[in-house]
Amino acid sequence: MPEPTEVPPVTHRGAARVPGTVPTVVVRGGTVIDESGQRRADVVCSGGTVSAVGEGLEVPSGATVLDAGGCLVVPGLVDLHVHLREPGNEDAECIDTGARAAALGGFTAVVAMPNTDPPLDNAAVASEVLALGAGAVCKIAVAGTITVGRAGERLAPMGELADLGVRLFTDDGAGVQDSGVMRRALEYARGLGVTLAEHCEDRALAPGAAMHEGEWSSRLGVPGVPAEAEELMVARDIALVRLTKGRLHLLHLSSAGSVALLGAAKAEGLAVTGEVTPHHLAFTDAELADYDTAFKVYPPLRTAADVAALRKGCVAGTVDAIATDHAPHRPEAKDVPLADAAPGMLGLETALAVVLGALCGGEGSPLHIPSGEQLSRLSTRDVVGLMSWRPARIAQMALCQGGDQGGPITPGVPANLCVFDPTESWVVDPLRMASRSRNTPWAGRKLTGRVRHTICAGEPVVVGAEAQR
Amino acid sequence: MTSDQEAVAGKRRGESGTDTTSAPSVGARRHLLSVSDLGAEGIEEVLRVADAFVEVSKRDIPKVPALRGKTVVTLFVEESTRTKLSFETAAKRLSADVLSFNASSSSLKKGESLRDTVETVAAMGVDAFVVRHSAAGAPAAVARWVDTCVLNAGDGWHEHPTQALLDCCTIRQVLAERDGRAPAETGVECFKGLRVAIVGDVRHSRVARSSVLAFGALGARVTLVAPGTLLPPAVEAWPVAGVSHDLDEVLPQTDVCYLLRLQGERGAGRFLPSVREYAAAYGLNARRAATLADGALVMHPGPMNRGVEIADEVPDLPGSVILRQVANGVAVRMAVLFMLLGTPQGKSPAGALAGLEDAWETSGA
Repeated sequence: MPEPTEVPPVTHRGAARVPGTVPTVVVRGGTVIDESGQRRADVVCSGGTVSAVGEGLEVPSGATVLDAGGCLVVPGLVDLHVHLREPGNEDAECIDTGARAAALGGFTAVVAMPNTDPPLDNAAVASEVLALGAGAVCKIAVAGTITVGRAGERLAPMGELADLGVRLFTDDGAGVQDSGVMRRALEYARGLGVTLAEHCEDRALAPGAAMHEGEWSSRLGVPGVPAEAEELMVARDIALVRLTKGRLHLLHLSSAGSVALLGAAKAEGLAVTGEVTPHHLAFTDAELADYDTAFKVYPPLRTAADVAALRKGCVAGTVDAIATDHAPHRPEAKDVPLADAAPGMLGLETALAVVLGALCGGEGSPLHIPSGEQLSRLSTRDVVGLMSWRPARIAQMALCQGGDQGGPITPGVPANLCVFDPTESWVVDPLRMASRSRNTPWAGRKLTGRVRHTICAGEPVVVGAEAQR
Repeated sequence: MTSDQEAVAGKRRGESGTDTTSAPSVGARRHLLSVSDLGAEGIEEVLRVADAFVEVSKRDIPKVPALRGKTVVTLFVEESTRTKLSFETAAKRLSADVLSFNASSSSLKKGESLRDTVETVAAMGVDAFVVRHSAAGAPAAVARWVDTCVLNAGDGWHEHPTQALLDCCTIRQVLAERDGRAPAETGVECFKGLRVAIVGDVRHSRVARSSVLAFGALGARVTLVAPGTLLPPAVEAWPVAGVSHDLDEVLPQTDVCYLLRLQGERGAGRFLPSVREYAAAYGLNARRAATLADGALVMHPGPMNRGVEIADEVPDLPGSVILRQVANGVAVRMAVLFMLLGTPQGKSPAGALAGLEDAWETSGA
């Protein structure tokens, strides 16, 4: 790893950024990729915005130079789906640590899910989280709940939350089971210009489920949930969007049938988007053969055919975004029999490498999963799109929506950048992760593609793969 | 399926960090978590050792010093009477010390985690955990947490390996007797093409999962008989010859009719309209038993629900071997414990067994 010529001063951990104090930074020697294309260029950031983009730019005096040799310089990644656990479960993660994990993963903005304790179902809690996130090393947006207490019964005060800037609403962790409630929520949200995000699962089909229902669950004697439980709610919600003209985002799609339904809804012109997680692109339910609780996630890992369909959905453009569903858990929540283990895995610090391996690696990739059919590889630019400008739009954070995420990388735009080396291999060491939790399934495994620098609002928050505060 | 599961077992071994080349073994493994840990050869080996212990059980003093100084913990987090007594009897007949762990009066009730409990007990210096738990995979978890031999005594819907082994032992014993031969002489030939019907709540049955693997490995043709709600998901991937919803049609082509216990709650309407309707369609009564193939056996892992899956008169029919299953349970568990704990380093179970014969003589039993 080439050393940056000059490292910015280390501020106190967690200390808030002071506006106007961000240094001038030159990202030198990389290849810039954004929505408009790809070119060799240096990027100069000053005062929080990109001030110049071009080859062989002069380094302003006093500027910090970040070496981007061999790297791609892309708009900061945007994660629509993270669990930061604060308030209520700060032992597993806090906003501060989660943001640091995000920055190390190349993310400059994340959407914190509202299933905290208490949940983000009112403006008071949402304001608190936003305030805590204001000094973090990446932009913290929040999603509000659809219903009060995520109980699926009464609508949460979406209006007052929207006034705080909340643009996504979800009862994530559970789907809204009552179709009547979901219909009213879509109708109400439409008037506010916000998007409902659904965790699709018909709970009646999933009693006690700890994994995907199929050959492996049958063999292992583990209660499972069939893909149809997800697909039923995807189909129902799409029908309700048709009825209400509302706007829907489908969280962490895991099955081939769900992707097909999403594709059909788009062909029909409905305002429906969908995300998939890195882990659903990389693993099948066979990982649970040893009852390893690290692989218990919700929705569960499914079959090789489902993985292939999710990958195809990304290649075809049907899938709009990759989102990590970063779900930290304390060891004691995972060091139990599978049935009792908390579902979820860390995602932020490994996401980019996993997605590059799963979608760009082809058959030579260690993440290749044979499915009996030839899959096209995705270009790196398309992968960045799935992780940056496309999710930015879903969260209404894009430049054209008055936001500051997703690029393009041109003078005058807010300086949110991710600089990564797509060829650098590294071994995942959970003890070196910034997250407060260690529940990564990648522990000890080698991944290719590593974030070298992250610049958030002009501040180099990650330099040389090290968090700066 | 076997190669996958071998890979799984291999991964498990690797994670427990044990050196299996010199460790005592069942089928070259250090734990008994699944019948698939054994394979056909391993099963045959267990049966061979078990037959020797069947003989021991018939002595005036049915006890051998094979595991003197070893400590076996029965960790039954889910209640069980017969399996626990059977394992404890087996361990005691091998002269092992037995620590009995009662979940209902234990630290687990005080909120201690299973892992902490297991590590605490292991720290006292024990040689084996016999684990019963309501969650599938709990014994596999225990095997990862401690460097101690683990025997699965039933985990959720997953497996109950010693039950399947004692079932195989019983079938071989009865069929060998009929031929006037010693069981060991027959090898496992008697299972080739043997038509086994497993009847009842296969979906929720750890016994069925182990039995299907064991019978299948030995060459039997297994048919599952159950209403659709009680069949496992993805049943087409199970190594069975067939699936049926019609017991009357299957019985005439059945050499072994294996009845599974029906839990009363399954009859509450979510899986079955009623227990009565189940008994009418899937219960084995004398009339139905009479239609079984000649010389067919009736088996049940217990405890029985008389009047539900098995009519009151059936356990007393000549083909019923249900009590022999219980008796053989002790011998089979002795065999498994002996093979895991009593085989000296570098010695095969068969060699160790010969050494055991010497021990019997010197013990004066």
